[in-house]
Amino acid sequence: MSDSINLKLKIWRQRNHKEAGHFEMYDMPGVSTHMSFLEMMDVLNDRLIREGKDPVAFDHDCREGICGMCSMYINGRAHGPLKGTTTCQLHMRHFSDGETVTIEPWRAAAFPVIKDLVVDRTSFDKIIAAGGYISVNTGNATDANSLPVEKAKSDEAFDAAACIGCGACVATCKNASGMLFLSAKVSHLALLPQGEPERRERVLRMIDAHDESGLGACTNTGACEAECPKEISISHIARLNREYLRAGMTGE
Amino acid sequence: MIASLRMFYTSVGRKLVMALTGLFLCVFLLEHLYGNLQLYKMDGGKAFNEYGDFLVGNIIIRTVEFALFGGILLHALDGLYLTWRNRQARPVRYAVNRQAKNSTWFSRNMGLTGSIILVFLVVHLRTFFVTHRFLGADTSMAHDVAEAFQSNIYAALYVVAMMLLGAHLNHGFQSAFQTIGWNNKKYAQPLRTAGTLFALLVTIGFASFPIVFYFDLFGVASNILQSSY
Repeated sequence: MSDSINLKLKIWRQRNHKEAGHFEMYDMPGVSTHMSFLEMMDVLNDRLIREGKDPVAFDHDCREGICGMCSMYINGRAHGPLKGTTTCQLHMRHFSDGETVTIEPWRAAAFPVIKDLVVDRTSFDKIIAAGGYISVNTGNATDANSLPVEKAKSDEAFDAAACIGCGACVATCKNASGMLFLSAKVSHLALLPQGEPERRERVLRMIDAHDESGLGACTNTGACEAECPKEISISHIARLNREYLRAGMTGE
Repeated sequence: MIASLRMFYTSVGRKLVMALTGLFLCVFLLEHLYGNLQLYKMDGGKAFNEYGDFLVGNIIIRTVEFALFGGILLHALDGLYLTWRNRQARPVRYAVNRQAKNSTWFSRNMGLTGSIILVFLVVHLRTFFVTHRFLGADTSMAHDVAEAFQSNIYAALYVVAMMLLGAHLNHGFQSAFQTIGWNNKKYAQPLRTAGTLFALLVTIGFASFPIVFYFDLFGVASNILQSSY
């Protein structure tokens, strides 16, 4: 197997959220299959800068799959064709020679395009601010073992806490719904004793923030779960629904 | 009361309305299927007509009937609203989107299958319900059913509609349980299987009538058409 492949890139270019975008084609000869997808983008941008052209704007930060900054809808899949992977962890060996790779930004009313492949994910911050916190007294941290948590619950809460807020769930959902993200946050805190004081208000306020941002409603297609780089289960959405029913049916 | 009604206006609340009305309609489908099975008794349609008369004459059933039409209306209107709203959530579509890789066709086309079923329902109610309840038919319900399915277009329409209903239920049944929170990693697969079995039961059950009557299998259609009921 050859260590380099020739690709054609079909990339969405958009100057800002007000102007309409369009696709542009770029030839990418001799792409090393050992490169990550973002490294290939770096090579392209290096060339564009040398040619005096505008480089392709894309989000990235840690490049080790834990920060949630990288996005990109690659060949019709959020974070590309691999399961449980962010774009930075996707390598070029998963593409074949001569292939045309289509790269689009996350598309959702709640995620306006800032430039090219960069979208504004402030909607997620607003959802977190609405209830993704616990109240703790200042001063010394309490002893870790003073609050017993069942092993099964702590594991389940940890699975939910693995959400990196990348937005792949919204990007891939046919309704651009943020329910997997929202449910991961609600589920995480609802399972732990530390989350108990705000339990009722949290779910109500976070759902309001979700709806106000223009994210769609969940229709349980399960696409989010399949594309989530952290493989967060939609069983958290079922828990969110339980939390909501519990909060809605009990008084203030 | 106002505070508790408000809970049905959020995206999750509107899904709850879909789930609760959907499950209610699933129960109704079973009742309807039980009633239809009376047509297979080879008694000239007597049992079927009597069952129909019993329903019409029963005060409790007549009360539940309001809930049934209310449920259908709520399910349809809320479903149409959610479909519209969810489309607003993505104003610019993807050029390339491989949805088949992460979700089923059934789950992505609930708005489409639901809308066609709604149109079918109007035709279905006009043919049987409106004729008998409001226009005063001089033939029996069993007789009308047997006669309606002599038309190949009508029989085919019913078979297609029941296949779409099955497609709708294949996703809808298990989805309803997820929405009311009765789901977890252990229940997920059994619920999906139960949903598929329920969908098959409804499709095969209801679609059997137009097929049996059109081809007069086992002489069911002639048994009813030649009787005096």
